[in-house]
Amino acid sequence: MNIVVCIKQVPDTTEVRINPETGTLIRDGVPSIINPFDMYAIEEGLRLKERFGGKVTVLTMGPPQAKEALRETISLGADEAALLSDRAFAGSDTLATSYSLSRAISKLGDVDIILCGKQASDGDTAQVGPGIAECLNIPFVAFVKKIEKIENGNARVERMMEYGYDIIELPLPCVLTVVKEINEPRLPSLKGKMRARKYEPILLKAEDLDVKVERLGLTGSPTQVIKVFTPELRREGEMLDGKDPDDIALKLKVKLKEAGFAI
Amino acid sequence: MIIYVDQEQCTGCQICLPSCPFGAIELQGDKAFIIEEKCTLCGACVDACPMQAIVRTKETIVEQKIIDIASYRGVWIFAEQRLGKIQNVTFELLGAGRILANERKQELCAVLLGHNIREQAKELLFYGADKVYVIDDPILENFQDDPYSECVQHLVRAYKPEILLCGATNIGRSFIPQVAVKLETGLTADCTGFAIDSEKGNLLQTRPAFGGNIFATIATMRHRPQMATVRHKVMKPAERLAAPHGEIIEVSIPEKAKQVRTRFIQRVEELEETVNLAEADIIVSGGRGLGDPKNFDFIRALAKALGGAVGSSRAAVDAGWISYSHQVGQTGKTVCPKLYIAVGISGAVQHLVGMRSSDTIVAINKDPEAPIFKVATYGIVGDFKEIVPAMIKHFSS
Ligand SMILES: Cc1cc2nc3c(=O)[nH]c(=O)nc-3n(C[C@H](O)[C@H](O)[C@H](O)COP(=O)(O)OP(=O)(O)OC[C@H]3O[C@@H](n4cnc5c(N)ncnc54)[C@H](O)[C@@H]3O)c2cc1C
Ligand SMILES: Nc1ncnc2c1ncn2[C@@H]1O[C@H](COP(=O)(O)O)[C@@H](O)[C@H]1O
Repeated sequence: MNIVVCIKQVPDTTEVRINPETGTLIRDGVPSIINPFDMYAIEEGLRLKERFGGKVTVLTMGPPQAKEALRETISLGADEAALLSDRAFAGSDTLATSYSLSRAISKLGDVDIILCGKQASDGDTAQVGPGIAECLNIPFVAFVKKIEKIENGNARVERMMEYGYDIIELPLPCVLTVVKEINEPRLPSLKGKMRARKYEPILLKAEDLDVKVERLGLTGSPTQVIKVFTPELRREGEMLDGKDPDDIALKLKVKLKEAGFAI
Repeated sequence: MIIYVDQEQCTGCQICLPSCPFGAIELQGDKAFIIEEKCTLCGACVDACPMQAIVRTKETIVEQKIIDIASYRGVWIFAEQRLGKIQNVTFELLGAGRILANERKQELCAVLLGHNIREQAKELLFYGADKVYVIDDPILENFQDDPYSECVQHLVRAYKPEILLCGATNIGRSFIPQVAVKLETGLTADCTGFAIDSEKGNLLQTRPAFGGNIFATIATMRHRPQMATVRHKVMKPAERLAAPHGEIIEVSIPEKAKQVRTRFIQRVEELEETVNLAEADIIVSGGRGLGDPKNFDFIRALAKALGGAVGSSRAAVDAGWISYSHQVGQTGKTVCPKLYIAVGISGAVQHLVGMRSSDTIVAINKDPEAPIFKVATYGIVGDFKEIVPAMIKHFSS
């Protein structure tokens, strides 16, 4: 089974701090990590390989430093890793990203399952997974929390919904985006780390792909960022205290009643 | 396409430096310099520069599809239903859509897909839709990506709306991206605010990014429709009218939508999910500060007294005290209730992004320095074991 896992390198949002004076993001020294949701996609890819045999190829589109993220996936056990990197891709929105990744996947050869994280923690769009499926014109299921089985070219999966989950069957090849419940990601192995150290990812540039240039990068991106701003974090909060818990609770009750709560 | 600093014009004022969300501008000598590897060409700096010294140019002139923007008219919303019940997010979309439609002096239309849903279509008219496009077919009974995305694409191609809004629900976020790709247009995810640009009439879509640390306003200038998913519980729902005036337009299911590659086997409702955090008006959440799984009883009792739902921080979920379906935050649910009570939760940024937009926030924590107090409307420093029982006593009376 040929498995492709799409990952994205993102700034570690737990490390992002706001400059209290200017109210802007401090990104200096913020480390890059593999998008947390993609760790589950990698793990699921490795598990599918363990269950059904085959090969796991990790793919990312990003700047040259994303190689580091790819090496990390090698240390976890991925067989190959490919970096799609070119100035032509700069400024891609989710449409251009989905298109470019789908062309890269076609270039990598026959594939049975493409796994993506539910969403990337920088943009939080959750649009690239379904976008890739549409560009490749293959079936798609989002928010997969379990791959129950794969049999006779069909996968049976559980899709997380607000009320619980749906059980869906779909033929391979297909695209699945996965949620955190699906597994518990492993740690790198010593052997993996050794291999990762020397590993050179496959490099793909725009000219290596069969693409329409007008669908790449900023030109191929219908959406445009007009403005970026930081939200007001601090509220005009009020601390409540009192002589005992009853006193405090009653004070809060008055405040909440004023705010319109029927309590 | 590139962005560069015109060294002649740059005065080294540094105003552009903080404008860059990606930290891609640095001062070299006394001039600004853009680090190519970090720049995503978002253009925030172009607007920030008071000297017009930052220039965005096309490196290569490639032919672009020209779209006759003026031929697209109308504000559309996707009316989500499940098991024949219109979901609340739909009324919020109708509320937001009505404001935009009025501003654009265009119609507000709803798209309703499902099986045996004609009655629900009428209901949508009561909430202000001028037209409801209905496709009623057994294939659409349960949500599946293929038929849903085909149906919506079909309607958009036939009637050409200017704007198409959809709830940022599991269903919406699953299939609408596929519709956007089919139509090769822009889609902005999980929006929390809309406005119309007074000059060009474009839809300005505001959304959080980087886990809520920054906001971006995004526009789809040259493509139509302008598509967005909308965060639940942020927009004000439309009010029910006494007398509707709109019309229902039945459309038969397009041939292509009948080719469904997935097979819907079963819907499984999980009991715990009966308290739907996304829908709750009041949420009481507990964190690691509870110290013991048994202490979630305090949380449950307070939630019960208030008629609210139970939430939690990730630390409590990771400790196995409560199931993941209750987790609020970056890797859990994003909630926006009228009242959020955080008990024994420190207020890590990953938790805050999931609840910060709640109307009123009450925080109970024994540490006066806990960051949760920064976002709290009312803060109480103390031991939950004393405060919460007092609240239960006085709130339910
Ligand atoms: C990638 C990533 C994603 C994450 N996603 C999420 C997410 O979705 N949701 C989430 O919540 N977290 C998330 N986290 C974890 C987050 O960083 C914090 O670790 C977590 O929110 C802490 O939970 P807590 O506030 O319950 O625990 P703690 O930080 O341990 O806080 C416990 C608090 O309880 C107080 N306390 C103790 N005893 C009492 C008492 N008797 N009475 C009153 N107060 C008391 C303490 O003063 C303390 O402030 C994520 C982290 C990462 C790295
Ligand atoms: N630049 C990228 N390279 C590879 N995969 C990506 C990229 N961007 C997004 N993805 C994949 O798509 C998922 C959803 O991302 P997003 O739509 O950006 O929230 C991620 O979890 C990744 O699996």
